Amino acid sequence: MKPKADSTIRSLGRYALWIITILGLLFLYLPIIVLVIYSFNDSRTNAVWRGFTLKWYESLLAGFNVGSEEIGSEIIWQAFSNSMIVGIISTLLATIMGTAIAIALERFRFRGRSLLEGILFLPIIIPDITMGVALLVFFSLIFQLIETLTGAYLVFGLPTIIIGHVAFNISFVAVTVRGRIAELDPSIEEAALDLGANEWRVFWRITFPLIFPAVLSGALLAFTLSLDDFVITFFTSGVGSTTLPLFVYGLVKKPVPPTINAISTLMLLASLLLVLGSMTLQNQDNRQ
Amino acid sequence: MIARQKPQHQAVSTLENRKRLNLAFLLFPGTLWLLLFFLIPLLIVVLYSFFERGTYGGVLWEFTLEHYQRLQNDVYWELLARSVGLALLTTAICLLMGYPMAFFIATRDTRWRNTLLLLIIIPFWTNFLVRTYAWIILLRQEGVINVVLQQLNLIDEPLNLVFTPFAVIIGLIYGYLPFMILPLYATIERFNFALVEAAQDLGASDIKTFFRIVLPLTKRGIIAGSLLVFIPAVGAFITPDILGGAKGLMIGNVIQDQFLRARNTPFGSVLSILMMAVILVPVWFYFRVAEDE
Repeated sequence: MKPKADSTIRSLGRYALWIITILGLLFLYLPIIVLVIYSFNDSRTNAVWRGFTLKWYESLLAGFNVGSEEIGSEIIWQAFSNSMIVGIISTLLATIMGTAIAIALERFRFRGRSLLEGILFLPIIIPDITMGVALLVFFSLIFQLIETLTGAYLVFGLPTIIIGHVAFNISFVAVTVRGRIAELDPSIEEAALDLGANEWRVFWRITFPLIFPAVLSGALLAFTLSLDDFVITFFTSGVGSTTLPLFVYGLVKKPVPPTINAISTLMLLASLLLVLGSMTLQNQDNRQ
Repeated sequence: MIARQKPQHQAVSTLENRKRLNLAFLLFPGTLWLLLFFLIPLLIVVLYSFFERGTYGGVLWEFTLEHYQRLQNDVYWELLARSVGLALLTTAICLLMGYPMAFFIATRDTRWRNTLLLLIIIPFWTNFLVRTYAWIILLRQEGVINVVLQQLNLIDEPLNLVFTPFAVIIGLIYGYLPFMILPLYATIERFNFALVEAAQDLGASDIKTFFRIVLPLTKRGIIAGSLLVFIPAVGAFITPDILGGAKGLMIGNVIQDQFLRARNTPFGSVLSILMMAVILVPVWFYFRVAEDE
């Protein structure tokens, strides 16, 4: 009796695993797929399929109307270039500082090491909104102080956004790179040092080439997170520093034409390329 | 011998100094950045919660507890309960969906496993705002789900799906499901399935094996995944803002409103601290459990 009941349960369980996984993946991808399909739909209301069109993509270049408000293509380009500036600068800074911290944590024993590890985890687990409001309050206070002391009037803009993005990205880079350094045999570096190479040379000739794939995939993650970020950008941006997510957010709440689907699809495509790039790097890294 | 020892000692100490210098060089920029632009801003939030409200979102430097006293109003406890409740429900559903999915992926062969993992990771890398917005297309009155249901004659009137707490829960599950699956996968993948055979050789049923062996041994992944879902869900801002109807459904929206619209920085700070407290309890618990093992 018992083995039979057991095998029924087992095959039921097996089917259930299949079904739940398929449904789960469908749940994860259905909204994305629908969004992409509707970006090619020749209908303003999005409801039913009315034939293929590229006009929503063309409207990105030509400009479009939201209600009575006219949105020119230069506004979209501005948002795009702001996102790129923020993404590139914050990625560079965060990658350098995050990699340095990762090396320090793996290769040195020092006082306050576990404290630093704890602090490094905070930006990863803390909700974005906490970090956003903290930066808002901080910059307001600092700008006010600077104004009283020197009379200079500073405002929120790209620099404040970049500072915020670096602050959360340092942690992500450090965690990604640290895993790779932990796998490296320190005796290679020690051997080079014993042979008379200085630390700088050892780093660039030995350590860096070995950890490069991890550094690059950390940088890609940082760049993606920077392009993706809405909440922290929302609290640290000012006039003229609208990034793509802020731009899309401004549209979401209005009765917009499917142009928004076209921008969203392009943003999805960009993230897809970034994740595939990062995966390829990691696979190459594993094969070596 | 004695003559040789001295310079050697010196060499060691200069090496030590060099090492210290290298360490400082590596640590200084990043640590300073985190201190200046992360820790100090958080401390200022804590500080501001004790001061009188000023104009234009600033504070007057007069100590007060009035912002904490405002918490005596039940409205804020209901808000907190609602946020935690929605986050817990999200975590539970993610666990129920994520565990079987992680189990399924971990028990495939390598090629399948990598493909499936990639499929789980891709949404994590794609724009959160865009993915959340996509649900509006699905859920709204003239949206895909209503159109399909109407054409199948299952409903006469379009259902009110979007801008409800239901939509927010869907959006939260959707946003954070990968956070549940990935740590679960990592633990299940490391699980030694010989233990299952051993248990069954000793006569344990499948169900008993699962609850007595597999589940307890994958506890770490369950806890880690639940934390990774619960924490951002409590502090969620985009999801309730875009998919939720009523303003102030979750604490994240009210915090944003206090800082940017009401311009009440001290009270907004009090609410942020309250939210952090709610989050730090399970995190502290997690590290206690991790230490015990």
